[in-house]
Amino acid sequence: MTDIVERPDGADEVERLDHIVIRFAGDSGDGMQLTGDRFTSASALFGNDLSTLPEYPAEIRAPAGTVHGVSSFQVHISDHDITTPGDAPSVLVAMNPAALRADLGRLEVGGTLIVNSDTFDERNLAKAGYHSDPLNDGSLANYRLITVAMTTLTKDAATPLGVKPRDADRSKNFFALGLVSFMYSRPTEPTLAWIDERFAKTELVQASNRAAFLAGYHYGETTEEFGHRYEVRPAQMPPGEYTNITGNVALSWGLVAAGQLAHLPVTLGSYPITPASDILHELSKHKHFGVRTVQAEDEIAAISLAIGAAFSGHLGITTTSGPGVALKSEATSLAVSLELPLIIIDIQRGGPSTGLPTKTEAADLNIAMYGRHGEAPLPVVASYSPAHCFFAAIEAARIALKYRTPVILLSDGYLANGSEPWKLPDVDTLPDISVPFTTEHNHVADDGTAEFWPYLRDPATLARPWAIPGTPGLMHRIGGIEKEDGTGNINYTPENHEKMVHLRAAKVAGIANDIPPAAVIGDADADVCVLGWGSTWAAIDAAVQRPRRRGHLTHLNPLPANLGDLLRGFRQIVVPELNLGQLCRIVRAEYLVDARSISKVQGLPFTAREIETAIDDALERLRTEASGGTQAP
Amino acid sequence: MSDTVVKLTTKKDWTSDQEVRWCPGCGDYGILLAVQQLMPDLGVNPENTVFISGIGCSSRFPYYMNTYGIHSIHGRAPAIATGVAVARPDLDVWVITGDGDGLSIGGNHLIHALRRNVNLTILLFNNRIYGLTKGQYSPTSELGKVTKSTPLGSIDPPFNPLAVALGAEASFVARTHDLDRKHMTEIFRAAHDHRGAAFVEIFQNCNVFNDAAFDDITGRERRAEMMIDLHHGEPIRFGVDGSRGVVMGADGQLRLVDVADVGAEALLIHDAHRNDPSLAFALARLSHDDHSPTPFGVFRSVERPDYGASVSAQLAAASTHKGPADLAALLRSNGTWTVANPN
Repeated sequence: MTDIVERPDGADEVERLDHIVIRFAGDSGDGMQLTGDRFTSASALFGNDLSTLPEYPAEIRAPAGTVHGVSSFQVHISDHDITTPGDAPSVLVAMNPAALRADLGRLEVGGTLIVNSDTFDERNLAKAGYHSDPLNDGSLANYRLITVAMTTLTKDAATPLGVKPRDADRSKNFFALGLVSFMYSRPTEPTLAWIDERFAKTELVQASNRAAFLAGYHYGETTEEFGHRYEVRPAQMPPGEYTNITGNVALSWGLVAAGQLAHLPVTLGSYPITPASDILHELSKHKHFGVRTVQAEDEIAAISLAIGAAFSGHLGITTTSGPGVALKSEATSLAVSLELPLIIIDIQRGGPSTGLPTKTEAADLNIAMYGRHGEAPLPVVASYSPAHCFFAAIEAARIALKYRTPVILLSDGYLANGSEPWKLPDVDTLPDISVPFTTEHNHVADDGTAEFWPYLRDPATLARPWAIPGTPGLMHRIGGIEKEDGTGNINYTPENHEKMVHLRAAKVAGIANDIPPAAVIGDADADVCVLGWGSTWAAIDAAVQRPRRRGHLTHLNPLPANLGDLLRGFRQIVVPELNLGQLCRIVRAEYLVDARSISKVQGLPFTAREIETAIDDALERLRTEASGGTQAP
Repeated sequence: MSDTVVKLTTKKDWTSDQEVRWCPGCGDYGILLAVQQLMPDLGVNPENTVFISGIGCSSRFPYYMNTYGIHSIHGRAPAIATGVAVARPDLDVWVITGDGDGLSIGGNHLIHALRRNVNLTILLFNNRIYGLTKGQYSPTSELGKVTKSTPLGSIDPPFNPLAVALGAEASFVARTHDLDRKHMTEIFRAAHDHRGAAFVEIFQNCNVFNDAAFDDITGRERRAEMMIDLHHGEPIRFGVDGSRGVVMGADGQLRLVDVADVGAEALLIHDAHRNDPSLAFALARLSHDDHSPTPFGVFRSVERPDYGASVSAQLAAASTHKGPADLAALLRSNGTWTVANPN
C-alpha cells in the first residue's frame, strides 16, 4: 500500500497508439451490458489492456425506445497500458434511435457509427424525439455511418433453426457483438464457448445466440463495407498471469483474503443497495472460506450484526452506499466507542438522497470523515482503481484489526462496475494481518487479584485488548456510555471524558505513522501539483504529463504524516474531485495551502481532457500572477 | 457445547462487581435477582454467556451480570445479538429490552430476529412508560394515558407485545411478572432451554413514572381472580378454587366462563406446541386492558430451525462441496491469461 500510485515501470516509454474506444448503446432490454461485457472478456483474453464504463438507467426496464431507457457500455481496449474508459468513443453501436440520440454527442467527429436500421421506423423515431430520420436527413454526415438491418438478419439466421421470430429478435445484440468482433479482430472462440455454457439449459436460445453471433461476424467478413479491418494488438504488459476484474469483485475477494490473512472467520451484514449489492452477492458464494453473509432487515441491522460478530471474534463487515452510510451513522459511533474492529464499505453514488443510484460520484468524503455525532474520528481508506479495491480491502482490515476501530473504505460506482486487467498477486506475498486475542488477565488489583481491564491500552497503538466470549475469566461488559480508561467501567467525570475523547483521537491520528509517507511523481521543480483520491486516479494519470507533479491519496484519515510539507513545496495545488471540493477543503484547512478545487458532478468520471484543461488553467493563473496580474505573453 | 465442561457456579459467579443503579423499589431488581439465581442451574458457563441490551432502564442489566455483554444503542440489541449468534452458535445469548426499546425504536429488529428464529432469549421488560427519559408514553401505554408528552391523554392505540411476537412467527412466546420470582424462574428456564428465539414479556413495575400499572392484575389480593396460569396440556382454569375458566366458542372466539355454568370438560385445553399459532394468538388477545383476567405462562413453544445453526450448516455444506479454502484458486476463478516474458 502506498500513498503515491505509480504506473508500472517503463509504461511511459510505450508509444501511445493503437487503441480504440467502443460504445455499445441500446434499449435497457437489448442486452447492451452483456454485449459489452463479452467484448471486454474476449479482448482481455486476447491480451489487450482495457478499461470499461457501464452506464444504465436506474429503472429496471424503462419504457422501451425512450432516451431515458438507454443502457450503454463503453470499453477502451489498447495495446498499451491505459487507465480510463476513454474520453470520446471512436465507435458507437446504436441499436435504436433513442440510443443514437442519447450517445451521438459523445462520439468523436469522424468516428464510426453502426446502427440497427430496422429500428428506425416512425414510431421509434418519434419516441426518441426525432422529427426526421437521421439516417437519411444528412445530419450524420460527420461520421462514418454504417447501417445494418440487424433485426432482419438475426431473424433470418435464427428462424430456420426453429426459433420463433420474436425470440430471435432477442439475439440481435449477439449479431452486433459478432459484427464488432469481426471489425476489431476479436477471436470468436471465447464468445462461442461462453454462449454454449451460459445457455446450455435452453437449447433454442443457445442456438439462436450462436447463429446471430456468427451471422454478425460473417456479415462483416463478406460485406465490402467492412473492407478496412482494425486490429488492436495485445498490450505490452508486464509478464504474469492476468484476470479481468471489476472493482466490486476485487473488493469482495480482498475481504475474503483479509479473513484468510487475519486467520479470522468473516461475517458480513448487508442490506441491498445499488451499487454495493454485488459485494453481498459475491461474498455469498464463498462460504467455504468461512464467510458468513446475512441480508439484514435494514442498514442499521446490517452494521449492528457486524458489530456483534466483531465482539464475538469475527472480521465484521458491512457494505452499503451513501444513504446507508447515513443510516449506519449511530452504530458507527457505537463502534468508535466500543473500539472494536469493523469495516464499513461505501460504494459511493450520486446524491443526496436517492440521487443517481446507478451513476458515480465521490461526494461521501465528508460523511466518511465527519458524519457522526460527538467526536468520533475513524480511519478512511479509498481505492483508486478496480483492481486496487482488492488491496484497499486488505488495508482497511489491517488498520481495523490492529487499532480496534471501525474503518470506512470508499469506492464508487465507476470503480465498482468498471473493469481492468489485473496481474494476479502471489498470494504468499500478501501481508499477515492477524492480531492476537487477549486470553489472560492484564492487570493486578491493589489487593493482588489478577483482573481483566477491557480498556487497558497498548502503549504503542493505543488499541485496547480484544477478548472474545468463550475466554474464561475475561468476562466484561462494554457499551456506548462513556467509560473509564483502563477499567472500562461507566464513568461520567469531566476529566475522564476529556481524556477518552483525546485518546480516541490520538489512536486514529497515530495511524499516520503506520502508513506510507506521501510522495509525488513528476518534475522536481514543478509549480503545480495535482492531488487526487479515489477513482479520479485514472483520468489524472492519463492527463498529467511530465512537467507537472501529482500525488494520489489512498489514506484520507489520517493523512500521510509528510503531506503538508510536500504540498507546501508547490505554488499551487489542483484537486480534481467528483464532488464540490471536499478533499480540497480538508487540505486547505489542515495545511493552509493554495489548493484549488476542480469539480465534476455529472454522475460520470472525469475525462483526461478535463484534467488537462484544469492544469493548463492553473499554470495560466501562475503566469498571470508572475507577470504582475497582466495577461501572460 | 458438548465439549464444554460446565463448572459448578453460584449466584455470586454470575454477579458483577458493579453497583446496581436502578431507582429503589424498581421492578428490575426482582428480575435481575431471578436471572442471577437461575443461571447456576442452566448448565452453562459465564464465559459462554452474552447479554446484549439496547437503551432504557432495563438495558443497564448487562452491567450487573458477570458475563460478556454489550450495552448498545437504542433498539438495536436484537440485531447485534443476531450477529453474535450467527458468528458464534456455541454461545448462550440473551437480549434485554423494554417496551420502548424493543417495540418502538427497535421494533423492526425484534420482529426480524423472531422471524429468523435466531437462538436468543429475549426478555422484554414492559412497564408501559419511558422511564429513562422521565415519563413519556410508550407503545404499550394504554389509550388516554396522561404523560408529559400526552397532557390530554394518549391517542395512540397500544401494541400487544405477545401478539406482535406471534405475528412475527416467534417459536416461543411467554409472559411473566416481576412480583413472582418462582414463576419468572420457571419461564426464564423454559425460554433459555428453547432452541431458537424465545420471547418473554415481563410485566415490570416502574414505581417512579407508572407506579401500580399492573396492580389490578398482579396485586396479591387480585392475583387469584385476574391471573390465568397457562400449563401445556391442562384445562385453562383460574379464579378462587379454579371457579373460572376459558372456553372456545363455535365461532372460534375465546370466552371467560364460570366453570359451574359450562362444566369442567368444556374448558379449553392449553396446547403450547400447536404449530398453528391461532390459539396462542387468541390467548394473547384475551385481555385488552389492565383490569381484566390476563394469561401468564408459555403461550407457544414450537420447534423451528435455529438461524445461527442453519448459517453454520450452509458453511459446512459449502466446505464439503467446494473443498478447502484456496485463495490463489479464487483469484483465478474468472478465467486468466498469461503475458509471457518478451525474452
